[in-house]
Amino acid sequence: MSMVPTLLSVQGLSKSYGGVHAVRNVSFDLRAGEILALIGPNGAGKSTCFDMLNGQNTPDSGRINLLGEDTVGRKPRAIWRLGVGRTFQITATFATMTVRENVQVALVSYGRQLFNLWSSTAAYAREEAGRLLDLVGMGAYAERPCGELAYGDLKRLELAIALANQPRLLLMDEPTAGMAPRERIELMRLTAQIAREKSIGVLFTEHDMDVVFEHADRILVLNRGSLIAEGSPEQVRGNPQVRAIYLGEGLVYDARHREGAGA
Amino acid sequence: MQRRHLLGAGLAVAVAGFATSAMAQAEIKIGEINSYSLLPAFTEPYRKGWQLAVEEINAAGGIGGKKLVVISKDDGGKPADAQTAANELVSSENVAMLTGTFLSNIGLAVSDFANQKKVFFLAAEPLTDAVTWSKGNRYTFRLRPSNYMQAAMLVEEAAKLPAKRWATIAPNYEYGQSAVTVFKKLMSEKRPDIVWVDEQWPPQGKIDAGPVVQAVAAANPEAILNVTFGADLVKLVREGNTRGLFKDRKVVSFLTGEPEYLDPLKEETPEGWIVTGYPWYDIKTPDHDKFLKAYQAKYNDYPRLGSIVGYQTIKAAAAILAKAGSTDTEKLIAAAEGLSMPSPFGEITFRKIDHQSTLGAYVGKTAQKDGKGVMVDSVYRKGGDYLPSDAEVEKLRPKD
Amino acid sequence: MAFYVVQFLTGLASAASLFLVASGLSIIFGVTRIVNFAHGAFYMLGAYVAFTLTERFSGAIGFWGGVVAAALIVAAVGVLVEMVLLRRIYHAPELFQLLATFGLTLMVEDLVVLIWGPSDLLGRRAPGFKGAVDFFGQNIPSYDLFLIAISPIVLGGLWLLFQRTRWGVLVRAATQDRDMVAALGVNQKWLFTSVFALGVFLAALGGALQIPRDAVHHALDLRIIVDVFVVVVIGGLGSIIGAFVAAVLVSELNAFGILIFPKISIILVFLVMAVVLIVRPWGLFGKPEAAARRTPGLTVNPWRPLTSGERLASLVALIVAAALPLVAGNYALTVASEIAIFVIFAASLHFLMSVGGLASFGHAAYFGLGAYGVAFLAKLAGLPMIVSLLLGPLLGLLGAAVFGFFAVQLSGVYFAMLTLAFAQIVWSIAFQWVAVTGGDNGILGVWPEKWAAGPASFYWLSLGIAALAVAVLRVIVFSPFGFALRATRDSPLRSEAIGINGKRVQWTAFVIAGTVAGVAGALFAYLKGSVFPDSLGISLSVDALVMVLLGGVETVSGAVVGAIVYKALNIWLVSQTDLSKLVLGGFIVLIVVVFPKGIVGMLETIRNRRRTPASKPAILTAGIETAE
Repeated sequence: MSMVPTLLSVQGLSKSYGGVHAVRNVSFDLRAGEILALIGPNGAGKSTCFDMLNGQNTPDSGRINLLGEDTVGRKPRAIWRLGVGRTFQITATFATMTVRENVQVALVSYGRQLFNLWSSTAAYAREEAGRLLDLVGMGAYAERPCGELAYGDLKRLELAIALANQPRLLLMDEPTAGMAPRERIELMRLTAQIAREKSIGVLFTEHDMDVVFEHADRILVLNRGSLIAEGSPEQVRGNPQVRAIYLGEGLVYDARHREGAGA
Repeated sequence: MQRRHLLGAGLAVAVAGFATSAMAQAEIKIGEINSYSLLPAFTEPYRKGWQLAVEEINAAGGIGGKKLVVISKDDGGKPADAQTAANELVSSENVAMLTGTFLSNIGLAVSDFANQKKVFFLAAEPLTDAVTWSKGNRYTFRLRPSNYMQAAMLVEEAAKLPAKRWATIAPNYEYGQSAVTVFKKLMSEKRPDIVWVDEQWPPQGKIDAGPVVQAVAAANPEAILNVTFGADLVKLVREGNTRGLFKDRKVVSFLTGEPEYLDPLKEETPEGWIVTGYPWYDIKTPDHDKFLKAYQAKYNDYPRLGSIVGYQTIKAAAAILAKAGSTDTEKLIAAAEGLSMPSPFGEITFRKIDHQSTLGAYVGKTAQKDGKGVMVDSVYRKGGDYLPSDAEVEKLRPKD
Repeated sequence: MAFYVVQFLTGLASAASLFLVASGLSIIFGVTRIVNFAHGAFYMLGAYVAFTLTERFSGAIGFWGGVVAAALIVAAVGVLVEMVLLRRIYHAPELFQLLATFGLTLMVEDLVVLIWGPSDLLGRRAPGFKGAVDFFGQNIPSYDLFLIAISPIVLGGLWLLFQRTRWGVLVRAATQDRDMVAALGVNQKWLFTSVFALGVFLAALGGALQIPRDAVHHALDLRIIVDVFVVVVIGGLGSIIGAFVAAVLVSELNAFGILIFPKISIILVFLVMAVVLIVRPWGLFGKPEAAARRTPGLTVNPWRPLTSGERLASLVALIVAAALPLVAGNYALTVASEIAIFVIFAASLHFLMSVGGLASFGHAAYFGLGAYGVAFLAKLAGLPMIVSLLLGPLLGLLGAAVFGFFAVQLSGVYFAMLTLAFAQIVWSIAFQWVAVTGGDNGILGVWPEKWAAGPASFYWLSLGIAALAVAVLRVIVFSPFGFALRATRDSPLRSEAIGINGKRVQWTAFVIAGTVAGVAGALFAYLKGSVFPDSLGISLSVDALVMVLLGGVETVSGAVVGAIVYKALNIWLVSQTDLSKLVLGGFIVLIVVVFPKGIVGMLETIRNRRRTPASKPAILTAGIETAE
């Protein structure tokens, strides 16, 4: 284990809005090639956590060490430059471009050609874009307008975009939300496969427990802003507190009184 | 796609639309430009005036046997559009000369165009002194008494007032600024004891009259110079009346006696303002009677000052063309310089030295009569008497 | 002391009409997202109709009844406009409704002159409010006191309406989230219509209430519309209380400002707006806008460069255009030069609007700066024409660099209004700084040198530069930078997440667009031989917007066609008829209804439909970005 480098190290991360603790003292590590799931009920603080890791939001306190750099206060684009790919709960793609162009833009940015006013983008990194699309199984759709894609295909496209900067870490917020069950499993299988091949660390949030337990190496459970459990799928599955949260409202109430007791 | 095809097609359409028509031999064409759509209140009577003149001229046999045709264009109040119109008139319509314009900057734009393209231009209404002086050129003549002349006429009366503390209200653009500057200069020359206690510069057409009236009142002047006109004047007068600004204060006001500006004031018309204007109801000269009768017969309406300007512009143009006996620009200039002619206001002359006509204006006082604004005690002031000496004019005008 | 109190009250009275009109505009925008340019026209109609009614019916009942009836009648006209015109175009691209309402405004300006005649009309004073009230030796018109009272009454009435009625709750919900209301199963059509009617009613009431203190004339609309936009933006879009505070703020600053700087009125509102938007980007009481959602129903066709066949066709068309001097006379050539110049200008704005998603309402600033740049260099420094043409646009570049930096920090309507404020500030400098710019009398005698003086030579020069500018802009569209710019427009969230510094990309685009506009302005100065503050003015900025929208905002080069059609038609109409505004406005309204994607946009749609007869309905998920 110690041979595998730590990609992401989070310590004491906290954020509150007007007295409400959205995230409270969260700490965890993520290693290269590891697939880590962040789960918890709605309002548990998953998205806030993600936004802070991604630079869209600044923590009140705590440290985020990403690939050896302290990233607190950095903008998303700076964090991306460190080698972080990101997908969104609701896909964010460029609707007026073709599928291939969507990936090409990311490659242009990766190649630091953003202020190139003269050359033709169509010719820029065409093959590389094609390879990435092939990788996510979208090669056949390369010339389709992005605006015409089905939702599952948009998710795949996002994955291809997220891979354009040869990331060491993927942050995926609800990667399978809004997809049909079969598509979900396919997408996560694909993600896991790519992550293992390229030794990319993956942190994802997810509502679908089947997806989580099938693909995650390790699971973090967040409730009301605090980390209440952490461990392998088996460990988490057996954790009574987690069961309580996912089994009913009455038990959630009990769990609240034991906040912070887990982990 | 194929946008360039469309470009080509568009231009082809343009060509077809603007194709020049063969010039009729038995006509003399004059090009006329004014801000018809922007300032209809002033340009409609003006248009009626020149249409009457055209009718009279052609009824009397035209110019040297040729029929006079006036081709009129709207400039929308934009100098750039006025130049487009001027270009069309000169290039496509082959007019013998350009006339018209109301706003000073448009007058200057067309004047500069005339200078560049060597076309004769008779400016009708623009008041700025620059047209004949600082930006004057040999192709440009002007009919209406300039800012300087109107200021000089008003100063003559204003200087007789005992008032020493003066405030000014003028629209914030060149016309207002130069009117105030000239008035102050001439006034201070005659009355070194005068102090200027306040000046207000509301934006043209957008006066916020209440605060302006208050601000002037706070300075407690004994007399006020007003240069606003049109809708601004209406607002100013209303606010001033209600707030008592004009009570026990003398007011001297540019152009307010012109029916265009005085008529809308109706029962709000202030008493006793010293103004320049056009009391058509009080002018009892044969020249004017003839004009008035013809105008009323044709339009069943009374003339405004614009009617006089429009009428006389075309009359003057015809006189110049008749004397030149040609449409050649150089001959027109030679004919116009020093040319005298009759007008509804009496004889006028286009001065050789600066191409300004000696058309004058009436100076009088405002009063109310049957709920309508009128000018009383009005006296005609000849334009020629209110111009600086030739030596000074020489200095003002660039060498040709 | 009494003086200051009275001055303050006077300012409050001035705020009343601003507030009435602004609240209507704000309500309409909040719910329908329509930037209603015709709001000033409804204000003016309110004044005209009230004039007629109050002249016709005497006495207090005649007057007050006339005022209210006028507002109701104009509101009915508003309902008609909404149902017949606006309903058809709610799904058109953003700002297309602006084009429609602009067309309406043009028509109304000519119509009121046709109906009520050209002269300024003086309405009756209000019965019971004819005199003044003495306040420690200062007179306050009693009608001012009435106006001071009316604003809080209207404000309170609107508050009750929005808080206490089901309709009001729906309006507030729609203001916050349009899609939510649609999801609630509310009849959106009638909600929009009723909101539009209320907004127009308030505008017309504002106009009708002005007749005791103002003259009624055909330029009332333009006098108020820009100020009202400014007030709405300062207050925060959709916020009624914001509109009230902003109206009071602006009026009071003006009332007291003129005591110290008598010339401040001309620029005051724009200075206030620029400061407010820089400090508080969403106005005093506004909230950050939810990320713009793409209007559903649009098919998004990815852009592509011209095929070799199309390139050849373009070249042939260019050669045909270059052959124009063989057949056309001097006037046609000068008009064609002007059209070519406006092609450059429109293309530059189109680049910013269409590729960058940044709709500037003040693009004329950079056109005018280029023109003044040339005028300074040629006239004051005496530089040769070529040098002036090359260096003049740098003034546009400089202006765009400075103003663009602040403007791109905002987006949507706020961006548009900040650009407008900057343009007005530049305009007022040109207008006021008489010693340098000649004020409104402009700089004369900027004529081309001999080699370019002939109409044909100047036409070739303009055509060549226009072709070059359009080609260069197209190259940039398909360059990596162009893609980065489109990426920022399509999805700020995604582009940031792939390392794109959106603000810097947009700033660069702003500078490029400003410089190209400067090139157009530089040529324009030589075409006209003079420069006036008009070339920085609002109407020129609006012209450019119209050209872009007319051509089609979702196309690569639609502005080229938009500029040719609009400019040629405009010049021709102005030359042919005094009712050019009526005809042009009618034409614009017709285009909006028939070609809701612009001329080129519609042609492309037809072509695409022919190519792929049964394309799948688009799932437009992109752009639905909720900032959590």
